[in-house]
Amino acid sequence: MSSQILFFILASLTIVSALFVVFSKSPIYSVMWMIFCFFTIAGHYVMLNAQFLAIVHVIVYAGAIMVLLLFTVMLLNLNKESEPHKSPLPKFAAIITGGLLMLVLLAAMHSSTLPEYSSPAFSDVGYVQKVGTKIFTEFLLPFEMTSVLFIAAMIGSVVLAKKDKN
Amino acid sequence: MSLLIFKSILILTLFLVSLGIAAYSTYAERKVAAFLQDRIGPDRAGPYGLLQPIADGTKMFLKEEIIPMFSDKWLFILGPSLFMVTALMTSAVIPWGRSIEIGGQVYSLQVADINVGILYILGIVSLGVYGIMIGGWSSNNKFALLGAIRASSQMISYELAMGMSVITVLLISNGSLSLNSIVESQGEGKLYGFINVSGINWNVFYQPVAFIIFLTCAFAECNRTPFDLPESESELIGGYHTEYSSMKLGLYLFAEYINMFISAAVISCLFFGGYNFPGIDYLGNHLPMNIVSLISVGVLFCKIFFFIFFFMWVRWTIPRFRYDQLMRLGWYVLMPLSIINVLITGALVTYFGN
Amino acid sequence: MQLTNRSIVVVNKQMTWMEKLYLPAIVMGLAITIKHLFRKKATLKYPEQTRAFAPVYRGMHVLKRDEQGRENCTACGLCAVSCPAEAITMIAAERKKGEENLYREEKYAATYEINMLRCIYCGLCEEACPKDAIYLTDRLVPSEYSRGKFIFGKDILVEPIDKRVDISKRKKAYQIKS
Repeated sequence: MSSQILFFILASLTIVSALFVVFSKSPIYSVMWMIFCFFTIAGHYVMLNAQFLAIVHVIVYAGAIMVLLLFTVMLLNLNKESEPHKSPLPKFAAIITGGLLMLVLLAAMHSSTLPEYSSPAFSDVGYVQKVGTKIFTEFLLPFEMTSVLFIAAMIGSVVLAKKDKN
Repeated sequence: MSLLIFKSILILTLFLVSLGIAAYSTYAERKVAAFLQDRIGPDRAGPYGLLQPIADGTKMFLKEEIIPMFSDKWLFILGPSLFMVTALMTSAVIPWGRSIEIGGQVYSLQVADINVGILYILGIVSLGVYGIMIGGWSSNNKFALLGAIRASSQMISYELAMGMSVITVLLISNGSLSLNSIVESQGEGKLYGFINVSGINWNVFYQPVAFIIFLTCAFAECNRTPFDLPESESELIGGYHTEYSSMKLGLYLFAEYINMFISAAVISCLFFGGYNFPGIDYLGNHLPMNIVSLISVGVLFCKIFFFIFFFMWVRWTIPRFRYDQLMRLGWYVLMPLSIINVLITGALVTYFGN
Repeated sequence: MQLTNRSIVVVNKQMTWMEKLYLPAIVMGLAITIKHLFRKKATLKYPEQTRAFAPVYRGMHVLKRDEQGRENCTACGLCAVSCPAEAITMIAAERKKGEENLYREEKYAATYEINMLRCIYCGLCEEACPKDAIYLTDRLVPSEYSRGKFIFGKDILVEPIDKRVDISKRKKAYQIKS
């Protein structure tokens, strides 16, 4: 029962902070709310007994990626005057794609049957050893594919960042 | 006594001890600096100047509080608070000593033995950079922003090598991420397989390279000299806390000393056997349990104090790095070195078994 | 021209592998600093301990009296003339009847002021004085809050009758020197 209450508090916090990310005027505040949102999601992981996932989520997303994002936002000149005039076309495109995504999600939710919520019994599913064994046996191919993807991204960024000799 | 009450008392004690050690670290810093420079340091407030931290703290509290006009007020206040909170949170997973027995019940001297202990520390430490960044940005000052940017890029760069050097320690320990089991694994077994003294099977004898990498990264994470570029007084007039005054500045300075205390504790736990000391088993068999526990706590604190002293000793020996040198050291030297170290250790562990 | 043989010739040579490690150099540096931890401290705990002054130390001035407590100064102005910083001013006056126990000779300084902020403590006033009247002592000029208070008049400079300033050591040192 108490875990259910905790879940609802966490879930509502997640949604509220996610909404703040979208509606904050200042991009810095958006980033801050996003970090908070990541924390609540890490809380969900902890409740699912996936402590390793939770802490990695905090380290990677809140600790590294959001720092870089904050870094970029801080260096931007965010004065209103210097903002170039934008055409409304991208906004329409964004609304249409967002709406389509929502439609897909809703359809998926509708067609799938939701399992009854039961508080997970104490298990060591989320422990490091278990996650490690799973990654290197059952999910070896996706794991290696992801690393290839990362390497491709890294090489791509190096190529982009390298100055043109000509 | 229920577990909850014991844990609450432990948390409160840790809180007070962290703050007390941080306060006296400021005094120790000045004393060590003075002694290394053939001076005697503060000696006016109380005997040997022992009341100096109280005088400094009172000064900080009584100073005028200034919030710059064009700063973002909420973020300006959030910055130091966040830095302090993250600094204080890390002490939760460190095993401070052997278990003690009160009224027939055995209590572990660790607030939370979570199975991702060391990752928890890395995660919280990586959050500490937000306090610096927010504080630096919201000051609306170019020097502060430069300091914040330096701090964040430095911390991100050195976290990687730090994590890599931790991995080698995990490889030769029981394979658990819990700090408690890492410490316990250093208390049992023989050193190099033949030196039969209990409690000296420390990781530093197996992983000296990882230790040096971790130590270097700890210096960088704590913004200590030779990596104190974020707050270099001579270039950035204090860096990210240029605009701060009164106790908000105090929180920043204080949290840095707490960080130093915690990193000294983590180094002791990972590489120097935590609360283990040579002959711990002999004493454990001949003395009451609680006395051995108290001795183990004392031993851990001796190690911590040595490392705090070492941090200061290095500060007054080595000059500051240049920024490109810092980045070169982090990415070109420490990072490949730690990866090679992981590979070699992994190969040896696979080949020889543990 | 070579003055000493301590100069080190700078060579832009590549560092060896050992030097590139930096660790030996760092350890050496740490050893040097730890040695200083055990050295004798150079600090002097000032108000309790004071450094010994040389007998010819040039500190705050004093205007001397003779054995009977009469002021030596005759306001001849030689000190003011010799002063390179032009810190000394004085107004002379004639001794009245009944003031013989106050001033040694017929002419005396009614006001005598030294601007301590201008004074460079060179001691030329002391050397110029023909009447043994002005001396520099080993006392230090106290700190003040305003510049005006640094113009010392006769109330500060003339030694009190009951609290004579001892300058015998200084005189002796000068005699040995000359």
